[in-house]
Amino acid sequence: MTQLTATLDAIVSDRRHRARRRNLAVGLLVALILALFLLTLSLGQSLTPPEDVVRVLLGQQVPGASFTVGQLRLPRASLSLLAGLCFGMGGVAFQVMLRNPLASPDIIGISSGASAAAVFAIVVLSLKGPAVSVAAVVAGLGVALLVYGLSFRNGVAGTRLILVGIGVSAMLESFVAYTLSRAPAWDLQEAMRWLTGSVNGAKPGDVLPLLLALLVFGGLLASRARDLDALRLGDDMAAALGTGIARTRIAVIVGAVGLIASATAVTGPIAFVAFLSGPIAARIVGGSGSLLLPSALVGAVLVLAGDYCGQFLLPGRYPVGVVTGALGAPYLIFLIVRVNRRGSSL
Amino acid sequence: MSAAAHSTSLVVSGLSAGYGETDILQGLDLTVPPGRITAIVGANACGKSTLLRAMSRLIQPRRGQVLLDGKSIHHLPSRQLARQLGLLPQSPIAPEGITVADLVSRGRHPHQGLFSGWTRADDEAVAEALVTTATDGIATRLVDELSGGQRQRVWIAMALAQQTDLLLLDEPTTFLDISHQIEVLDLLTDLNRARGTTIVMVLHDLNLAARYADYLVAMAAGRLHVSGKPEDVLTESNVREVFGLESRVITDPTSGRPLMLPIGRHGMVEAAG
Amino acid sequence: MILARATSLRPAPLHGKSRGVRLLSLAGLVVALAALCMLSVAIGTREVAWSDIAAALNGQVDSVGQAAVAVRIPRTVLAVLAGAALGLAGAIMQGVTRNPLADPGILGVNMGASLAVVVGIVWFGIASAHAYIFTAIVGAGLAAAFVYVIGSLGRGGATPLKLALAGAATSVAFSSLVIAVVLPRSDIAGGIRSWQVGGVGGATFDGILNGLPFLAAGFVISLLSARKLNSLALGDDLAAGLGENVAAARAVSSFGAILLCGATTAICGPIGFVGLVVPHLCRLLVGVDHRWLLPFSALGGACLLVAADVVGRIVARPSEIDVGIVTAFVGAPVFIWMIRRQRVHDL
Repeated sequence: MTQLTATLDAIVSDRRHRARRRNLAVGLLVALILALFLLTLSLGQSLTPPEDVVRVLLGQQVPGASFTVGQLRLPRASLSLLAGLCFGMGGVAFQVMLRNPLASPDIIGISSGASAAAVFAIVVLSLKGPAVSVAAVVAGLGVALLVYGLSFRNGVAGTRLILVGIGVSAMLESFVAYTLSRAPAWDLQEAMRWLTGSVNGAKPGDVLPLLLALLVFGGLLASRARDLDALRLGDDMAAALGTGIARTRIAVIVGAVGLIASATAVTGPIAFVAFLSGPIAARIVGGSGSLLLPSALVGAVLVLAGDYCGQFLLPGRYPVGVVTGALGAPYLIFLIVRVNRRGSSL
Repeated sequence: MSAAAHSTSLVVSGLSAGYGETDILQGLDLTVPPGRITAIVGANACGKSTLLRAMSRLIQPRRGQVLLDGKSIHHLPSRQLARQLGLLPQSPIAPEGITVADLVSRGRHPHQGLFSGWTRADDEAVAEALVTTATDGIATRLVDELSGGQRQRVWIAMALAQQTDLLLLDEPTTFLDISHQIEVLDLLTDLNRARGTTIVMVLHDLNLAARYADYLVAMAAGRLHVSGKPEDVLTESNVREVFGLESRVITDPTSGRPLMLPIGRHGMVEAAG
Repeated sequence: MILARATSLRPAPLHGKSRGVRLLSLAGLVVALAALCMLSVAIGTREVAWSDIAAALNGQVDSVGQAAVAVRIPRTVLAVLAGAALGLAGAIMQGVTRNPLADPGILGVNMGASLAVVVGIVWFGIASAHAYIFTAIVGAGLAAAFVYVIGSLGRGGATPLKLALAGAATSVAFSSLVIAVVLPRSDIAGGIRSWQVGGVGGATFDGILNGLPFLAAGFVISLLSARKLNSLALGDDLAAGLGENVAAARAVSSFGAILLCGATTAICGPIGFVGLVVPHLCRLLVGVDHRWLLPFSALGGACLLVAADVVGRIVARPSEIDVGIVTAFVGAPVFIWMIRRQRVHDL
């Protein structure tokens, strides 16, 4: 029985080691997010001293800082943070469920579906605020069902789903381009939001609904985290371990689409954040445990950092989606090369 | 160890099932002998894997039922079923970057509730599974780095950590070279003898099936063709009926079990023709 | 594997269609194209009397109606040329890659041409029409080579899934880069964005004439590569066994296709799915012999684009829908239908 005891010690320490690594990674990500958040609040066109930022956050009136920090930078930073969390979490949920890093919502058409609905609601139906979000969520779910249904033939093969998604995306993107080109007030910055995603012109009123969506849909996903993790072993194995496959799938689709679509309705489809966050998070925390939280955090880092870069670090001002798009594309190609070489999954 | 092993019975009655519109299984009846090793054999596309998948509720039957201790498995909650019946599918997927110990721990999934944490008992089950399958030495290595034989032992360890009385395996020896095939089958026999775990496996190789199984099930065209002790099932006439192959069956001098020698049109000693 | 895939894209054996059927379909296509061209001149967002149409065809531009018709003539010519170029380029790409999902749009080739043109305008100040076209062709060639290399890494060579993904990824990457390059230049951003949608609305005879040499070279090279594509269809090993220089055959045919889609993109902007849909439909009509398939795809592409342009003018009266959007709405469902038809292991 000494062999058994030794093994027991080994696996316990292995588990502790993995947990430590994970906690460390999560801690670092949270710290990075805080730093970026404060950076966005204090350093823009002008520098606001940190003590003034804190005073504004505490609700005090600071001449010269209250407006810049409270009305401009705070909504922008909060929206970046929330949208990043939503994209990161929703994206990785799809990637894990379909066991393919390429099956992210921005590749299989869910982001473009939400975006198309938002554009239609705003330009054609003249809707505003929460109504746009509802339209985006409904359309996102509709597109998810459509893509899923169209890929169904004796079961859904991941590859077929991805290709069908690419086709549906192409159609929806044409629709967005057409609707935008016919919009009465043709404003390039506004159009950019729906083409690549942007947090320009963030309003304080956008923050609360998105937070609510994150809590509801993110909570739904978190409650299925363990079952979702079991799906990584393959559907058969997950079922053999007692996971209700259909129930898990439905919950994950609703949760992830809800997150992606709610964020898209406010910021537009910020390019590649949903796609990038999961694989980056997997790199950071290693193969074990649920990726939902780490990926959400990575998403927030990407959006906050991307927006800051686009605003202040590059010559000219770019919306965040252009920065993440330019960053994400090489990574996507790298990933395709790697998947092609090894035929592996996330 | 797992005490009540011999009491778990698995009975298939009048089972019809398949994919899409077509029934692959057509009214199949089978009683799995408890505490023994059962091997299912048959030609390609005869429904072996379908039967295994139906027995573990991966597909819904169109007619008939699968009874676990007299209760239909389709009326059991999934986790409860998974605590009694384990399945190793043909090609399970190991997430990238996962360690052996972590993968084997996934076998504890059905024993964990929504809010219950990881317990000492879970660790013990994992450690025991690792030691039993002789994978304790590689517990902290990454599954990606293992050889095919080691990997299969790790998957079996995971199914063991699930601590079920019944273990179904779909072609556990495919893609392994012959020495690893024997290693895996020996391991499964050890489990059966030491713990009384009922084992049902689909095997491709008739001779290995006859050597390792206590009970042999031969299927043809979605039906149970014949079942029983290997000596009674692996006969020249059954091989002809199930596989459409002429053969000679002799007694294996190393095991005393029947051994099938196929007869083709070439490569025969003159006298045999 | 390669052989199996090559045969799976053949609905009919090599000589499955009789000469009679093919000639009849050819005549049918020519008649259809002529009819569509007449419709394209006659129908527009503005309704014009027959007498004005006749007058405009004789060169009169006195009334508003006659002027409107006069604009439709170069537009129709451009639609015919661009459609033929894209249909032909699609057929060649499918033959070269032995991949039923190949299309200049899906493979990112059109987007490569766009990016090259945009970079040329913004960073290098190119301004002449010839320079646009030349840049676009270089961009299309680089993008095609890039996507093909990425898509054919790893096991099984250039499978449909890998190529389509590599193409989609590259397209997204390039369109991000296009936006990044254009955004600081608000003076030209509007123009480039409307060009990016892909249309034939602003066609002029001068513009067409500038592209004509490139298109003509592309048509000739492409149509001459039919025999090479027939050998390639048998798989690289077998083609080499039959005495074909596989690499050279690929390079020459691709060069023709790239000339065609580069020049088309420079003139019209990126138009997707024509190159995907048309060769497929034509294969149903004439089988897989490229000596027939290539001219059919050119004719079919011309018909599709002219028809799409007419539809785009009618459905959204009084405004119009760019032809690139119409083809996406027609083409994407066909793309999805094709994916559903494929067996999973072929993907």
